[in-house]
Amino acid sequence: MEPATGLKLDFNHKLTLKEFPYIIRWREDRCKRCGQCTAVCPQGAIRPAVKYMRVIESSGETPKPRPVRRIIHVIEQVNDIEHYCTGCAICSLVCPNNAIEPEYNPQNKFLFYKNRGGEGYKRGGRRNDPGVSTLDRLKFTRISMLTDPALDAARHEFRLRSYIGRILPPEELPLKVEDGRLVVDKSSGKFIPPVREIFPIMIGSMSIGALSPTMWEGLAMGVAYLNEVEGIPVVMCSGEGGFPPRLLKSRYVKYFILQIASGYFGWDSIIHTLPYMQEDPAAIEIKYGQGAKPGDGGLLMAPKVIKLIAEIRGVPQYVDLPSPPTHQTKYSIEESVMKMIQSMSMAFGFRVPVYPKISGTRTAKAVLNNLARNPYAAALCIDGEDGGTGAAYNVSLDKMGHPIASNIRECYLDLVKQGKQNELPLIAAGGIGKKGNLAANAAALIMLGASAVAVGKYIMQATADCLGDEYNRCNICNTGKCPRGITTQDPKLYRRLDPDKVAERLVEVFKAADVELRKIFAPMGRSTELPIGMSDGLSIDDKAMAERLEISYAC
Amino acid sequence: MCRLAAITSSEYFSPIENILALETMKEGHDGSGLGLTLKNLGGEFKELKKYPILSGICSRKGKEILDDYMKQLGFKLIHEWMPKIKPVRGVIRRDYYFARVYDYPEDWKNKSDREKEDFLMNTRITLRKMGEADESIFVFSFYPDIVTLKEVGDPLELAEFFGLDKDNLEAKIIFAQGRQNTNYQIYLYACHPFFIQGYCTMTNGENTAFVPIREFLMSRGFPGYMGYNSDSEVFCHILHYSARQLGFPLTYYKDIITPLKWEEIEQRPDREALSLLKMSLRPLCIDGPNMVIGFTPDGTCFMVQDAKKLRPGVVGGVKGKYALMSELCGLDKVIPERDRLKDIYPMKYDMVIVSPGAKKVKVWNQLPA
Repeated sequence: MEPATGLKLDFNHKLTLKEFPYIIRWREDRCKRCGQCTAVCPQGAIRPAVKYMRVIESSGETPKPRPVRRIIHVIEQVNDIEHYCTGCAICSLVCPNNAIEPEYNPQNKFLFYKNRGGEGYKRGGRRNDPGVSTLDRLKFTRISMLTDPALDAARHEFRLRSYIGRILPPEELPLKVEDGRLVVDKSSGKFIPPVREIFPIMIGSMSIGALSPTMWEGLAMGVAYLNEVEGIPVVMCSGEGGFPPRLLKSRYVKYFILQIASGYFGWDSIIHTLPYMQEDPAAIEIKYGQGAKPGDGGLLMAPKVIKLIAEIRGVPQYVDLPSPPTHQTKYSIEESVMKMIQSMSMAFGFRVPVYPKISGTRTAKAVLNNLARNPYAAALCIDGEDGGTGAAYNVSLDKMGHPIASNIRECYLDLVKQGKQNELPLIAAGGIGKKGNLAANAAALIMLGASAVAVGKYIMQATADCLGDEYNRCNICNTGKCPRGITTQDPKLYRRLDPDKVAERLVEVFKAADVELRKIFAPMGRSTELPIGMSDGLSIDDKAMAERLEISYAC
Repeated sequence: MCRLAAITSSEYFSPIENILALETMKEGHDGSGLGLTLKNLGGEFKELKKYPILSGICSRKGKEILDDYMKQLGFKLIHEWMPKIKPVRGVIRRDYYFARVYDYPEDWKNKSDREKEDFLMNTRITLRKMGEADESIFVFSFYPDIVTLKEVGDPLELAEFFGLDKDNLEAKIIFAQGRQNTNYQIYLYACHPFFIQGYCTMTNGENTAFVPIREFLMSRGFPGYMGYNSDSEVFCHILHYSARQLGFPLTYYKDIITPLKWEEIEQRPDREALSLLKMSLRPLCIDGPNMVIGFTPDGTCFMVQDAKKLRPGVVGGVKGKYALMSELCGLDKVIPERDRLKDIYPMKYDMVIVSPGAKKVKVWNQLPA
């Protein structure tokens, strides 16, 4: 039956804006209709519209309100779920008159509708848990005072350095005494594994391809500056997807950890460049898992595979690049660990530490114990559930994974039992600096047993003014439309990001973290070595957590 | 902060000398305990040097347990020293204080020194564990030519209590500590000096790196690395670990607990070995304010500082008698006739080493001249 008026009365299958996570607040009186907001909206959630409306007007010498019908220009939010507002607020940033802003709608029913076509909702970026993490609940309570005077963070010498690489236990060092002096016994033929000294906070794996050229360049410049000018040996992991050959041949490659993941993207060109490399990379990271989406593979979507990326990765342009969840040629942990670590070590002449990265999981100890018996394994990186990602299913991000705090602690204590706590460094990742407390979170993890921490998400937030947060705000890294120009390959978008500014901020972030770490360690009387496993320095206001982490309870 | 008085001499002397030195440093200890370790014993122990001496404290019940256990192992008691206790107000008397000289069981007599050392240590640990729950047995050392005496109280009062001024107990090396109780409860086993298989140390200060060091030592699988009622006990075990277990020369003790910076290591001729040590022994690096005085099985005495030199320490004396003290006034009391200009105040890179028999003293510097 046709409606009598000619208008459609059936509005079923339409959503009201109340269902959406963000509702755009637009002020008609302030807006001068410049159109900047609609032009920059990465989601297309707002659009300029023309409406024929009845309005009340007052005019004349003795104004009298009267209704008139008029054509007006408005900014309206679309109520199409494919163009939902993510709350990135880039519209507010460009608006000259503060006429527009998104407002969070806690009653939203977004997840009920965001799985059209039988495809689960995917998003980029962060885990959607805005709660306070265990790391943020940990306090440093062992403060030196009188019997053990506090050190001076500004005056005393501090050594905030850590190692990646297998460290031989003292009993196995090939040493002999000659004339009252220890010398290395060359005749023993003992293999001394390579070890690198690094700043205990490293930049976690974010690939060229996932990051825009300007973002990656900014980070790389910052890392080089930190090492060569500031003398802070920060290293950065390349992520999967290869490395620019020009950089591989340069001396700067020593500040980078090359990652090999299950897609092996870019490794063809790395292997071919090997004979021409003048420096060794800092390390090789073999990725088996990622904290944000454990047991899941990676994906670089077709729109991001532009010419540069296609060249580095050795693939055609504009095709989806999925990495499988496992290394397809390996079917067991023994094989994966043994073969991959040994073959990668051999490729780099046993001069480069090679270590695996796994997701935080209850099975982490199985991997750890396997590595502990492998003399070529250089470390173990464990990525907790709060880690970030470029693209993942919502359900993986929110519901899968293991928090890093108890995982790293358990693994450390396991190594202590075996007497290998200094032999096999543990690198903790996932959610460090989630609330902005980079140094405090890093220090807490170090005192729980990590030799170093890897940070990715915080670095993006801090160096490129990323708009996203743990409330699912923005987090459209997976769409290739990053409004800041961080995770996009669209020149119109990434040109918004100044690589020099990124580099500058990166340097500031690490210098500040360096100062803050001293400010934490000095009052605890530690300065000459990193307080790895100094669990007596930590407390938490929850008895069960204290028991689980084997630290003290304080309230 | 505890006060320390160590004396090494070519002649026998009484521990009362150490106690009097501690008395001059009284503002630095609160009288919460005294520890004494005597090496190269004279007096009634002079002729018994090859036999192990068990030092400890027992209750009546503990004595029976101890006697039974030692008999069961086959140890023969050949001599016993017990202090002539004079009750003193403020010191709670326990049942038996003793230093007992035993002969080895028959089947252990011909074993190697190293095997004997392990056997003695394991016996001491077992006894300690047997008496730990009800505090019926405390054993501090079980080793040839070593006597250890510990008690809670003021050093001078304890000297009177034990009758040390009248006893003929004497030795050529005596370490004494006047305890300043800090963060832990007052407990006998927490009194310095600490002794293990010929190695002994005592410390003033607090070790902020205690937990990782304890974990590292305990995970070495050596049964003697246990106890740790004091955060300073690890210093003795680090010494034992580096010198006995790893076979490193004594000076590397300093390199382990206060490692040099990389650019400083470059100046050392043994830089290659030192680089490996810096990484492998990273958890044993000390960070707290500490001055450590120790001796090794051959009778060498030494003093080292933490890298920031936040604790005092002075070494001085004359040929044949040197004192290693935490305060100058203690040194003045013990060896007033020395040339004060030759007193040594070790700095952050220094290790003061007094040779066996107190013949000579040298300052070894971590950085090559």
